[in-house]
Amino acid sequence: MATKENEVEQHLRSEYRYGWTTDIESDTAPPGLNEDIIRLISRKKKEPAFMLEWRLQAYRHWLSMREPDWAHLRIAPIDYQAISYYSAPRTSKNAPKSLDEVDPKLLETYEKLGVPLHERARLAGVAVDAVFDSVSVATTFREKLAEAGVIFCSFSEAVRDYPELVEKYLGTVVPQKDNFFAALNSAVFSDGSFVYVPKGVRCPMELSTYFRINAQNTGQFERTLIIADEGAYVSYLEGCTAPQRDENQLHAAVVELIAEKDAEIKYSTVQNWYPGDEEGRGGIYNFVTKRGDARGDNSKITWTQVETGSAITWKYPSCILRGDNSVGEFYSVALTNNYQQADTGTKMIHMGKNTRSTIVSKGISAGKGQNAYRGLVRITPTATGARNYTQCDSLLIGDECGAHTFPYVEVRNPTAVLEHEATTSKISEDQLFYLMQRGISEEDATNMIVNGFCKDVFRTLPMEFAVEAQNLLAVSLEGAVG
Amino acid sequence: MLKIDNLHARVEDKEILRGLNLEVKPGEVHAIMGPNGSGKSTLSNVLAGRDGYEITAGSVRYLDKDLLEMAPEERAREGVFLAFQYPVEIPGVNNVYLLKAGLNAMRAHRGEEELDAADFLMLVREKMKLMQMDESFLKRGVNEGFSGGEKKRNEILQMLVLEPKLCILDETDSGLDIDALKVVSQGVNASRAADRAIVMITHYQRLLNYVEPDFVHVLYQGRIIKSGDKSLALELEERGYEWVVQEAAA
Ligand SMILES: Nc1ncnc2c1ncn2[C@@H]1O[C@H](COP(=O)(O)OP(=O)(O)OP(=O)(O)O)[C@@H](O)[C@H]1O
Ligand SMILES: [Mg+2]
Repeated sequence: MATKENEVEQHLRSEYRYGWTTDIESDTAPPGLNEDIIRLISRKKKEPAFMLEWRLQAYRHWLSMREPDWAHLRIAPIDYQAISYYSAPRTSKNAPKSLDEVDPKLLETYEKLGVPLHERARLAGVAVDAVFDSVSVATTFREKLAEAGVIFCSFSEAVRDYPELVEKYLGTVVPQKDNFFAALNSAVFSDGSFVYVPKGVRCPMELSTYFRINAQNTGQFERTLIIADEGAYVSYLEGCTAPQRDENQLHAAVVELIAEKDAEIKYSTVQNWYPGDEEGRGGIYNFVTKRGDARGDNSKITWTQVETGSAITWKYPSCILRGDNSVGEFYSVALTNNYQQADTGTKMIHMGKNTRSTIVSKGISAGKGQNAYRGLVRITPTATGARNYTQCDSLLIGDECGAHTFPYVEVRNPTAVLEHEATTSKISEDQLFYLMQRGISEEDATNMIVNGFCKDVFRTLPMEFAVEAQNLLAVSLEGAVG
Repeated sequence: MLKIDNLHARVEDKEILRGLNLEVKPGEVHAIMGPNGSGKSTLSNVLAGRDGYEITAGSVRYLDKDLLEMAPEERAREGVFLAFQYPVEIPGVNNVYLLKAGLNAMRAHRGEEELDAADFLMLVREKMKLMQMDESFLKRGVNEGFSGGEKKRNEILQMLVLEPKLCILDETDSGLDIDALKVVSQGVNASRAADRAIVMITHYQRLLNYVEPDFVHVLYQGRIIKSGDKSLALELEERGYEWVVQEAAA
């Protein structure tokens, strides 16, 4: 099976299946960022005064900040004045009250994405919030959730309907000034999801948000806030896609998780933003700040991410383990193909006693993809008996890609126990030949090996999405081996 | 079924196979013996289509097709099976998943439908029983953490499930304890059939007590220098290879 160079390259070209656009009328703000635009966003959303004030504070601070440049990424300069910061599908009424009032074209869009919003046709037991460009278009299953006392709605609605909850928790995990992109998001965030699970309640179904960027030259800045009150449990999944465009589009989201005493939050992401074409044209710039605060004793926060899309991924879902015996987990699969670049990892900040964290990172690089794991484990002086286990594995497909690992460790308590394992491997000829000798095609053999490599992470995803994640990897890798 | 004619193959500019001839007919069992480094594994790899070998002369016909023209997975689907001398570990890929994917690939190739899950499991359980393997092996990663002997059993299990036409066993008997050797031999004997041929590469006559070959060949420096019946194996066990080499040189 002599491998021909062009055959390999041909295989590397995999199709992005979500590259179409929806032709829909939308209200889009003119490009540019200034205080007037922020006032416009706040007015459009009929926000209370505190929210506008909060946004303006963030904006004024952002003006004094600079883009971070420490990541292992090559980024073309971003012109923040060329971006439109607000785009909303124009609907007859301001906010649709039920699915029947949602523009049929939007419903079609989500059908095409495989996210049917009609509750009859929905994935069993999953409530969905759909965010199109800057606004939430529909949230399903609200009544059923309300019976359990769970609030699941768009962030804009939460600001209007539960201002006291929003004001109490917003920015307490990721402050406005946290970093350049978080400050930008705090100033202009458009929409996102809000979840509140009250004391002692186990959320009766999986919650899920699907983000879709459609409009041209717009950025998407969602804000997600999830609160699990004492003894509560919730599992949440986000999925993301975007049309295929030649220009880069900016996505700068902030996610804040708060787990009170004995509470548990599972947050899973299947990120499939448009990655750009084979030559590296276009694709989403994904700069995301995700952080969970395991505030109460015995609380637990689990991040699982499968990152296959975006031209650039800059993302470090982190856990602040404040409560005693609190647990933080990070399971990640990041795949880069063609010219994709990913700099991703996590931070585990141990503050409480007997806090435990687990990091399992699986990086897959193909084509000319560059994949960096960047992780910090910090044991503060108060964190007696803290433990961390880190496993960082890289898989290389081909000779032109790269894998990099940047583990940072800061230990200020002598009782800490840290374990770190790291491996870098190539898909071996031996493994491929073995599988092909059993009648399996080279492409399927590659997928089997990659999926096997990611198994420890896929295990942690909710069932339906584990299958989706596997398929996604297969599509993103289509024959990336020669 | 298989006809190898004057086969020459090189690896990285080193000629390993140097004019090898061998004919195997359906229903036959052939044993290939020969000193370390004589080219036995090279022969099996070339037959299975592994990358990295350059065929400089000769031909291989398999079921009236040019075997060397076929892709490795195609050869497998056409019934060529290689039990590896050193089966590789594939972490995270379930053993049972591999069996299923392999079997379904072969069935699809023959235009048959996929076996349904219940039938498949029944088939696998039956074969595992024959190989005296515990069912826990199904859920483990392919060869992941298997002992040397367990890996060899697993190879034969795959052979029993996939039901190939031409079975090439590369030192499947090496590293087996006495009981395991019997079990593996049972598996091989159970595979003997009028429409199936078996080529066993081995260093030990012991295996041949359990699986009686129709022919025994001596491979030396990339060529078959002597062929005989099973008594040849006994003679080799007693006298070593030296006399065969001298006889061939004379
Ligand atoms: N990739 C390679 N590069 C260089 N030499 C090779 C390579 N593969 C095989 N050889 C050489 O070819 C010769 C034949 O090897 P082969 O593995 O076929 O022997 P064998 O008969 O199976 O031996 P054994 O009984 O020890 O298994 C050996 O000398 C070996 O070193
Ligand atoms: Mg050998």
